[in-house]
Amino acid sequence: MTATYRIIVCDGTSCLNSGARTLTTVLKAQLDKHGLTDKTTVSLSGCLGMCDKGPIVVVNPGYTLYGSLTEGDIPEIVEEHLVKGKPIARLAIQEDHLYNRFFRVFGDAKFFGHQMRVTLRNCGIIDPESIDDYLSLRGYEALAKAVTDMTPQQVVAEVEKSGLRGRGGAGFPTGTKWKFTAAQVGTPKYVICNADEGDPGAFMDRSAIEGDPHTIVEGMAIGGYAVGSSKGIVYIRAEYPLAIRRITKAIEDARAHGLLGENILGSDFSFDMEIRLGAGAFVCGEETALIHSIEGARGMPRPRPPYPSVQGLFGRPTLINNVETWANVPVIVLDGANWFRTVGTETSKGTKVFALAGKVVNTGLIEVPMGTTLRQIIYDVGGGIPGGKAFKAVQTGGPSGGCLPEQYLDTPIDYDSLAKAGSIMGSGGMIVIDEDSCMVDIAKFFLEFTQNESCGKCTPCREGTKRMLEILTRITEGKGQAGDIDKLERLGKMIQKASLCGLGQSAPNPVLSTIKNFRAEYEEHIHDKRCRARVCENLVTYEITEKCVGCGACRKVCPVTAIAGGPKKQHVIDQDKCIKCGQCFKTCKFEAIAKV
Amino acid sequence: MATQTQELTAPLTDEQKLAQVREFIAEVMTHEHPDSYLIAVLHRTQELYGYLPTEVMDEIAQEMGIPTAHIWGVATFYHYFNLAPPGKHVISVCLGTACYVRGAAQILQTIKDELKIDVGDVTEDGLFSLQPARCLGACGLAPVVMIDDKIHGELTPKKVTQLINQYRKQANK
Ligand SMILES: Cc1cc2nc3c(=O)[nH]c(=O)nc-3n(C[C@H](O)[C@H](O)[C@H](O)COP(=O)(O)O)c2cc1C
Ligand code: SF4
Ligand code: SF4
Ligand code: FES
Ligand code: FES
Repeated sequence: MTATYRIIVCDGTSCLNSGARTLTTVLKAQLDKHGLTDKTTVSLSGCLGMCDKGPIVVVNPGYTLYGSLTEGDIPEIVEEHLVKGKPIARLAIQEDHLYNRFFRVFGDAKFFGHQMRVTLRNCGIIDPESIDDYLSLRGYEALAKAVTDMTPQQVVAEVEKSGLRGRGGAGFPTGTKWKFTAAQVGTPKYVICNADEGDPGAFMDRSAIEGDPHTIVEGMAIGGYAVGSSKGIVYIRAEYPLAIRRITKAIEDARAHGLLGENILGSDFSFDMEIRLGAGAFVCGEETALIHSIEGARGMPRPRPPYPSVQGLFGRPTLINNVETWANVPVIVLDGANWFRTVGTETSKGTKVFALAGKVVNTGLIEVPMGTTLRQIIYDVGGGIPGGKAFKAVQTGGPSGGCLPEQYLDTPIDYDSLAKAGSIMGSGGMIVIDEDSCMVDIAKFFLEFTQNESCGKCTPCREGTKRMLEILTRITEGKGQAGDIDKLERLGKMIQKASLCGLGQSAPNPVLSTIKNFRAEYEEHIHDKRCRARVCENLVTYEITEKCVGCGACRKVCPVTAIAGGPKKQHVIDQDKCIKCGQCFKTCKFEAIAKV
Repeated sequence: MATQTQELTAPLTDEQKLAQVREFIAEVMTHEHPDSYLIAVLHRTQELYGYLPTEVMDEIAQEMGIPTAHIWGVATFYHYFNLAPPGKHVISVCLGTACYVRGAAQILQTIKDELKIDVGDVTEDGLFSLQPARCLGACGLAPVVMIDDKIHGELTPKKVTQLINQYRKQANK
């Protein structure tokens, strides 16, 4: 007899890109073929946090996780597992890493290893396009509790007591912001969800919306109730089509269920939402720039005060919070501030989501309690550095953050400890860097980004970052001069102090933190003309090794005829002639050319 | 980043596209703060045309009663908007941090050399345009390139060259 199976196909961006949709089609056809369609449910989920192993299919009961699947694997899964009841070990994701353990017991917000899912509690469990799925897991219960059992003041007080701090980067106490906005008299007021996700190496907010859009809708409705607003706006990056579709559908479904609109759940609270798209400007993540962008103008920041809570969108009091901040709200209302305060550290309560990526074995979305150490995240959750390479640094906070070396790995992370160590919490980007990356080059990478994204309104940011970039460029090109490090530090501190908005104020951070923690690498570049990671093209020497078979390919591409050698003989590079263009290195098919 | 061209349905004529832009504007003009929908209108325009043609921006200025200069200011401020038609295939190279530490710079250089264009340009034959992208949410597959709306991951300079050649071959068929 065949059992009744529930199958979940990961429908997150990464899995979609590795072919999840085709898998679903093939799967359905196979179920049909075996007459299993009626006995099996197939649902889609948001990112399961194992993107490097996508596409992923989960077979329940039993929580068998199949990964790295191709269409060809599906018939086998259906025949062996579903028909004969024999899970296929070969295709299953075996390692009992934390995602997996978490997954086996999902739905249960307890500690599992180091991970703890609060804001991502439904991601990977429910079908994000089904409001019924969300409702079945206590969805909209927090909203119901707020509008029927609590006064707006009580909701604000609960959020304040929870100790929740803004997850968009700055860590401002959420309750305080709510209190300010609630205290403003008159209507209309606005609540905004900042889903502009600016950090170029991160995808937390995107995955949260793709995986559980109703949580954001519910959180914002509660926020609207608390501060006295009847209008919510989600400002989301246009580059996130799937997230846009899901949040749009969630809003429509909530409206259809009377969870948005007039007199929600029979109360006298009315609230509705709309979506506004960003258009690819990093600075629009900054709240005053974001407001200008929603108003239809160029996204230029303006000085604060007045803060948006007093004078925001269309000049009205406005409450802006980040996606992840909003996702915490239903939990706080439902489970209470007292419970929320049991998680985390003295100054930072709750959990934090990180997009763990770079040179780490398991990349993907993770959620850990505040106070987890970097080492636990990188080695236990992330599985360490691949390929036996040495750890060099971990980057947090993206272009506004910094790079921390080995000695900080045991730092329990919260807003304050990361700031003390010379980086920031940021919005959740966490990139592991190994010995193959050059820290000067990484600093240059971030500065190029911020320089390009500077809105140009104020001179220190616009011109100062340009000067810093020139100096960094010359250092990586082997033209660094004595005194360059001091110059970078002086310029950096000036830009931090004199810029109008957070973009400029934080733009020098990646440079300053790498100077602080990896000064020796800067000095080697400047004084010894050496790049230990062999990344900076002008600072490497090319040599031909005994692997050379004498094919002559390198000799032909060298633009300055610096390579000599005859057929089947090991070739040699004349270092005086070589202009380090790297063409020979790229051309050689026998890996006979080494960078030293 | 460019939006996908609507290849599956029959291509719209320019008049039909313009009619749709007008219809969209008429709709937003009924809302509160209609000016604030300018960016949404530009998105709709780019969705239809693949870029923001000058004539259409003039049209938008008239219909919405917003000075053309302001519309230009907005259109040029945001990276997402193209002011010239993109190539047949749009190559977006992820220059997010995860991709960068896994060699995105070499991938970008290889593509530039191969296509002989710089970021933001279109190849002479109009087949490709090249643009940078931020994290495409596929860091597990870094380094990553998106061609139109398909992601290609775990790239090496060699693989990306092969990929481009595949597209070229297809175009020649
Ligand atoms: C240059 C810059 C970029 C920012 N980008 C984002 C972003 O992408 N997402 C976000 O939520 N906050 C971003 N912020 C922070 C916002 O200004 C604002 O503090 C935040 O949305 C408030 O929400 P929170 O208190 O819930 O964190 C950015 C700030 C600056 C200065
Ligand atoms: S600091 Fe930079 S981004 Fe911010 S307002 Fe000034 S120029 Fe614009
Ligand atoms: S790096 Fe360039 S110049 Fe130097 S030997 Fe190789 S091909 Fe010739
Ligand atoms: S998208 Fe499927 S695991 Fe992340
Ligand atoms: S950084 Fe390239 S996909 Fe995330």
